[in-house]
Amino acid sequence: MAMNALSRCSNQLRRLPLTRLRQMSTSPWSFFEMAPLDPIIGLNEQFQKDDYPSKVIVGVGAYRDEKGKPFVLPSVRKAEKILAEGGLDMEYAGIAGEPRFVDLALEFAYGEDSAALKEGRIQGVQALSGTGGLRVFGEMMKKHGSTTLYLPNPSWGNHKNIFTNSGLEVKNYRYYDADNSSLDFEGMVHDIKSMPAGSIVLLHACAHNPTGMDPTLEQWKELSSVIKEQDLVTFFDCAYQGFASGDASKDAAAIRMFVEDGHLISMVQSFSKNFGLYGQRVGALSVVGRDAEEAKKVVSQMKTVIRPMYSNPPRHGARLVTTILEDPQLTAEFREECKGMADRINTMRGALKDSLESAGSTRDWSHITDQIGMFAYSGLSNEQVLEMRAKHHVYCTGDGRISMAGVTSDNVDYIANAIHDVAK
Amino acid sequence: MPPTNNNTTIDAGEPTSEDQLTHIRRSSLALDPAWDAETNSLRHLGDLDDDDLIPIAYFPLKANLNEAPKTKQEGLHPSASAGDVSAYSQGSSDDIWQNVPMGAPDAILGIAQAYRQCEDPRKVNVCVGAYRDDAGKSYVLPSVRAAEKMLWESQEPKEYLPIEGDKDFVRCALKFAYGPNMDIDTHVAAVQTLSGTGACAIGGRFLAQFWKNHPIYVPDPTWSNHISIFNQCGLDCRKYRYYNRSTNALDLEGMLKDLNRAKDGSIFLLHACAHNPTGCDPSLEQWKEVIDVVRQKHHVCFFDSAYQGFASGNAEVDAQAFRYAVSQHVPILLAQSFAKNFGLYGERVGTLSVVCGDAEQRDHILSELRLIIRPLYSSPPRHGSSIVKTVLMDPALKEQYYEECAGMALRIQKMRVKLVQALQKAGSQHDWSHITGQIGMFAFTGMNEAMCQQLTDEFSIYLTMNGRISMAGLNQKNLEYVAASIHVVTDGKSISL
Repeated sequence: MAMNALSRCSNQLRRLPLTRLRQMSTSPWSFFEMAPLDPIIGLNEQFQKDDYPSKVIVGVGAYRDEKGKPFVLPSVRKAEKILAEGGLDMEYAGIAGEPRFVDLALEFAYGEDSAALKEGRIQGVQALSGTGGLRVFGEMMKKHGSTTLYLPNPSWGNHKNIFTNSGLEVKNYRYYDADNSSLDFEGMVHDIKSMPAGSIVLLHACAHNPTGMDPTLEQWKELSSVIKEQDLVTFFDCAYQGFASGDASKDAAAIRMFVEDGHLISMVQSFSKNFGLYGQRVGALSVVGRDAEEAKKVVSQMKTVIRPMYSNPPRHGARLVTTILEDPQLTAEFREECKGMADRINTMRGALKDSLESAGSTRDWSHITDQIGMFAYSGLSNEQVLEMRAKHHVYCTGDGRISMAGVTSDNVDYIANAIHDVAK
Repeated sequence: MPPTNNNTTIDAGEPTSEDQLTHIRRSSLALDPAWDAETNSLRHLGDLDDDDLIPIAYFPLKANLNEAPKTKQEGLHPSASAGDVSAYSQGSSDDIWQNVPMGAPDAILGIAQAYRQCEDPRKVNVCVGAYRDDAGKSYVLPSVRAAEKMLWESQEPKEYLPIEGDKDFVRCALKFAYGPNMDIDTHVAAVQTLSGTGACAIGGRFLAQFWKNHPIYVPDPTWSNHISIFNQCGLDCRKYRYYNRSTNALDLEGMLKDLNRAKDGSIFLLHACAHNPTGCDPSLEQWKEVIDVVRQKHHVCFFDSAYQGFASGNAEVDAQAFRYAVSQHVPILLAQSFAKNFGLYGERVGTLSVVCGDAEQRDHILSELRLIIRPLYSSPPRHGSSIVKTVLMDPALKEQYYEECAGMALRIQKMRVKLVQALQKAGSQHDWSHITGQIGMFAFTGMNEAMCQQLTDEFSIYLTMNGRISMAGLNQKNLEYVAASIHVVTDGKSISL
């Protein structure tokens, strides 16, 4: 919206005679207005400005330990030490990033037993975490003639932003049944069947953001056969592998099923949450082709998008992941630590539900424990969220999404009381 | 005279209508030095930053695949055929990738890769885009190593940076660029970026949105990725005269003429120092002439500063051009890279800044820059920026850094002098003074494609076919050999057009 207002402004300015322009200002930027704050990241800024001593933020999807502190995985610290002692150079990685990192990343997602992987049919590039991979994919598909991409309703707030900026038309398929706090599977299947040929359908691989509602394995099976009947581009966003159930292989079940069933999927992986490498921007974008040649061609096209965007990806985070996944011992430790994070979150889900009931709430909060992953879709309305912010200084995003990672045994009762107060 | 391209008319035309943009994008693409019109694909010029063999192609739509290659006039570009989705209406889901072409084989295939595969013991790599020490090894600055150690010991967290990046890093970077006398809180809106490429990409998108219908002019020649970047941003990318190949010197007259002929408010991309690929910079007096015209024409200057401190060895001197522009109240954007001067190539550290009138404008511009970044990659990588700020905020490390950077610059300057001496010693009659006159990592020798090819084929010296050699690749051991070989291929022939 801001963009349109500004282009109207600049159009009007352009029609002015040049002399008038010169009189107005020597700066080309003088007619600017303030752009709106990002709904998720802007929340943090609001929170920072709040002076209330008991303020709590459960907004951004970044894991916190039971003390509410940021958590660097011990296996990551060990990998850091190895790197620090290794005295590695800082030369450019290739446009696609380090091949070794890409191989390990793909193995992590598709499974080292994957036939398609062994045949070389799965190829990929290092990406700037999830966002970067999504944007490269969007731009590449737009160049390739795609026009429309379907997101589940609801989806991560930045999805629409990314794909709209890629030049794609973004539409929704039914996903969440708000009335019943459950998956609207029938609606989802119906909408997928109605998608025009050539559409891109984006699926959350696990731990759907923001609802935490995932299809069951049976439902995934049905989705696979439904999509097989269609002429669609199937794209997975995999941001929580290992972090959802605590088991990285289990969390990749849907992806692996689709590849087994013969779908030529593409996928973006983020290592922000499961490896705790948020600020390092580590991810991967991959594609499954009919053969290795085909997959390589698609990768070559990914590179043409990347090169003018940022040339090549940052090395440090990728090196950390490589160091861990190359070492069986470190990998085992990592999986334990990741599971630990997932377990703590599940514990907090139970604690929040119990605390809500203790606070006297008679509403049905079972969706909080039914959901999976970092977020709980509380069911609070926007008004209730704003009231909670103003009255109790508890910050969550306007759609009622609570980052369970921010809930601790110290603040769970406070949060429960706040929710109960605005929701009763 | 270099051949002129019919599509590169540089004149002050009417503001471009939306209808014309498609045509302009086509011709902008034709300007891309890597665009091979016969095969409708991008050749890779073996740009120094890549070790990859990169077959590159734009997607022709399915309908066009079986047709004869188009002429340059009808250069194919995906956006030209936007809306034609017939490719997807046909074929089953199994076929979704089957129309993806492999790019035409590169005419100048992965030079660095060819160098690696070469078994000739005499082989020399003078296409490398990164600094090498006198032993030919990659070089991590000791101050950078020390900073890394400090970071490791302080157990730095790994949290997301804000969209606009690390505030402290950005402050340090801006002070480094603009000097202590600039009120950066009031007059500079800046974000952390993925090195220089990222800065150009963000700045380009910003200009495409908020300075609509103004073309961007890049110097002829320029770093090949500049054109790709600005094409991707949706800017109308044109060229201005810069380097005179018949004199191997700056074509100031041509440059000033093109500045004048462009319509008011055009965007001019200027290399702050150590022009890539020619190494040929305007003197301060010449910069003043350029900025004078810029001011009269109300142009916007987009400075690309990738070698501050690395060019002359003095970080203040290397910043003179854009600092002078700022002092003249010319609106500038500045793309800043720490890849070369800090040796942080692969960690992708840079900034983009916009100089503006007051703090309110600054806040507004910053908010718009964030809107560009968020759907691109959310927030920048933190490791490299943490290193830079650690160095610049520690007085001892900072001093050490300045010395190390100057050391790199001095070694390169020494190589320039020695190369020319060696060429003369080998018996060359040519005037090689442009090599010592040029500055930065690259020397634009003036050799033509045939000579370069001969250098590679007969002497296993690997360089790009435009005659550019990387001075960083020269050292005491290979200097004489390179000079002797250059003499052989250039003896009796012209090294200027």
